[in-house]
Amino acid sequence: MMESINKITFKQKINAYKRSPLSLFLFLLVIVSTIVTVAILLFLFFYIMIKGIPNITPELFEWKYSTLNVSLMPALINTIIMTVLSLLIAAPVGIFSAIYLVEYAKRGSKLVNVIRITAETLSGIPSIVYGLFGLLFFVTTLGWGMSLLSGSFTLSIMILPLIMRTSEEALKAVPDSYREGSYGLGAGKLRTVFRIVLPSAIPGILAGVILGIGRIVGETAALIYTAGTVAEIPSGKDFLFDSTRTLSVHMYALTSEGLYVNQAYATAVILFIIVTLINWFSSFIAKKMTKS
Amino acid sequence: MKYKEKIMNIIFFAAACTSILAVALICLFLFVNGIPAMAKIGVFDFLLGKTWKPNNIPPSYGIFPMIMGSIYVTAGATILGVPIGILTAVFMAGYCPKGLYRILKPAINLLAGIPSVVYGFFGLIIIVPLIRDAFGGTGMSMLTASILLAIMILPTIIGVSESAIKAVPQNYYEGGLALGASHERSMFFVVIPAAKSGIMTAVVLGIGRVIGETMAVIMVAGNQPRMPAGLLKGVRTLTANIVIEMGYAADLHREALIATAVVLFVFILIINLLLSLLKRRAK
Repeated sequence: MMESINKITFKQKINAYKRSPLSLFLFLLVIVSTIVTVAILLFLFFYIMIKGIPNITPELFEWKYSTLNVSLMPALINTIIMTVLSLLIAAPVGIFSAIYLVEYAKRGSKLVNVIRITAETLSGIPSIVYGLFGLLFFVTTLGWGMSLLSGSFTLSIMILPLIMRTSEEALKAVPDSYREGSYGLGAGKLRTVFRIVLPSAIPGILAGVILGIGRIVGETAALIYTAGTVAEIPSGKDFLFDSTRTLSVHMYALTSEGLYVNQAYATAVILFIIVTLINWFSSFIAKKMTKS
Repeated sequence: MKYKEKIMNIIFFAAACTSILAVALICLFLFVNGIPAMAKIGVFDFLLGKTWKPNNIPPSYGIFPMIMGSIYVTAGATILGVPIGILTAVFMAGYCPKGLYRILKPAINLLAGIPSVVYGFFGLIIIVPLIRDAFGGTGMSMLTASILLAIMILPTIIGVSESAIKAVPQNYYEGGLALGASHERSMFFVVIPAAKSGIMTAVVLGIGRVIGETMAVIMVAGNQPRMPAGLLKGVRTLTANIVIEMGYAADLHREALIATAVVLFVFILIINLLLSLLKRRAK
């Protein structure tokens, strides 16, 4: 019997634990903790789903929000607009700065260090501090008021470090031979970056951008005082300066008003599903990248 | 052609400087608005004052209750969340069968992605009534907030410590076994000490998340602006103080709230410093 040499039978295991109570104790600690984690996870998931799904009604998706029908449609559309705007700002800046850090900057220069430290600092700042900064700078100093624009600028600063870091990693993962091959064929630096390096780094960058979307969708604290809480789809010429609420802010408003618990359940499910799909999609792309 | 290269070079450079600009602007706006208020109130009265009554005449702006609130809630969440998180990470790294791992890993990542409002809502409808039924009172308390935040930091702690444990070379573990240690002894007394700095990073990251958490805390902590009076009494954290009162605050009150954010910001800077020290040591 070849396989039995390295296999320990159940009985042997029990005997080993009998001889060493400490090992048994540690083993039990590990198992109990894992069971606690899994139980919390399952409970949270199923509770929200079971309570929420029956409350998802067609009325929730009606075009207009009113106190009689707290439709989440305007908030959903605002979330999409807010996401697109924030990405329009954050994605180019984040990707370009990653390009600078990886392709242009001299290794170990002081400036690069400062950029790294500031990016790390940014990623640690709590969202309420971003919200307050947005209120002081975009809303008050620049005079944009509580608006779509103030909100998306605030969010774009918030997700900038995330996009920077993931893009940087994606660019670094492109083998140097690609660049050398491109130079060898007579291409300049810029052409090499845009034609050779960026296309091969796209999946990694995309994974980071999608993670950024997930953060935008889930964000509340940074938006309450920068984009406000008006539950209407911005329209007209100055729509960028209209106050809006995203789905997360909508959810917070519903819970704090305390009158619309059922709708809050439904909104929780929808938020949960959106964010989960986004995160899943991101890791799917990232996995595909590492395979190829 | 050369011309285009130069322009793009400058654009890339400018983009890279955005994060410096952003940090500078955030510091500038917070400090310019917050520091004078601190000076006006008196640094000691502000930081160590035990009453926060901005509507009184004369008003008193002491944020010591909120500082202690944040510290207590953070400590509570750490005490509850860290052991469970690290032990689960040990399970993931050293016990988990492959098939289970394929389900458990994405499930824990899923937990990490849930927005904090959803957590807050969950805390409000599940944990608050549980605490109310078990211990009486309103159920909105330091304990409730600690439990909820402990749940929220679990995925961070599990994920980071798991990769720290997995980064320890396999021969450490095998060496332990070869010396006659059991699987548990080898994991706990050889592998985990070797992964110490990675696990510490996980803990510090978790603490950073708890201190900065806002929406979930507001929904379950009760938010009374007084000195924390016990596990089952309501508390208000620094973050909650800002969100709750910023909507209607004016003048010095508003500036005092911004100064609250400055204090929070300093806390976060200290945590970031700790993190970079840990990273340097790991290298």
